[in-house]
Amino acid sequence: MKVEITSKIFNPWEELQTYEKTLIAQGKYGAVATFVGTMRDYNEGDIVQAMFLEHYPGMTEKYLQTLSETALQRWDIFETLIIHRIGEIKPGETIVLVATWAGHRVPAFEACRFLIDELKSRAPFWKQETLSNGVRWLDQ
Amino acid sequence: MAITIKFFASLREQVGKSEVQIELSRFKFFKEKLKPRTDSLTVGEVWAQVCDNSPLPIHILMAVNKEYSKQDTRVQDGDEVAFFPPVTGG
Repeated sequence: MKVEITSKIFNPWEELQTYEKTLIAQGKYGAVATFVGTMRDYNEGDIVQAMFLEHYPGMTEKYLQTLSETALQRWDIFETLIIHRIGEIKPGETIVLVATWAGHRVPAFEACRFLIDELKSRAPFWKQETLSNGVRWLDQ
Repeated sequence: MAITIKFFASLREQVGKSEVQIELSRFKFFKEKLKPRTDSLTVGEVWAQVCDNSPLPIHILMAVNKEYSKQDTRVQDGDEVAFFPPVTGG
């Protein structure tokens, strides 16, 4: 189980490979489900130039750790990985990576979906978009 | 000891501050004896004190010591209380 909040650009596929190699033995798992969220250059009919992602230091990490523990208890999975960006983000950059490793596809898919859905609805992150005419929070 | 109150995102901009610390003994409820003195108060009372008795907007979320709470969750001396708008991560 790994939870990381980072202000640096990351490549989700490299992170996936690194985590898999260091923690999960080949042959142990039969399914990996992943979700990668990427920043769009448009939203609600407007061109978006950049985004700023704020979080609640301490609470966000704690929330994602508890969520990962819940997934590990609820489904028959071996491992979970969540990496989420904060700070200034440009279109095309990865915002979030969620991955689950399991023996079979069903628990891998279900746990991955649970993690990203709960992250989006409850984890303390807030997006502020930069448009051509100023900034706007998406939390209104 | 004191209570630390934090605000995030658009709410921080509306309130005009990111963090305030208030000694429990300085809460109006105690000073004005509107309420019998106890060792704790609720999250809703903390909001009323810090935001000049303005009603707590229905969409605002709350946390005590970095865990989601409700308006009637009790707050002790030394606790950290946070108020923030709906989350938009992922």
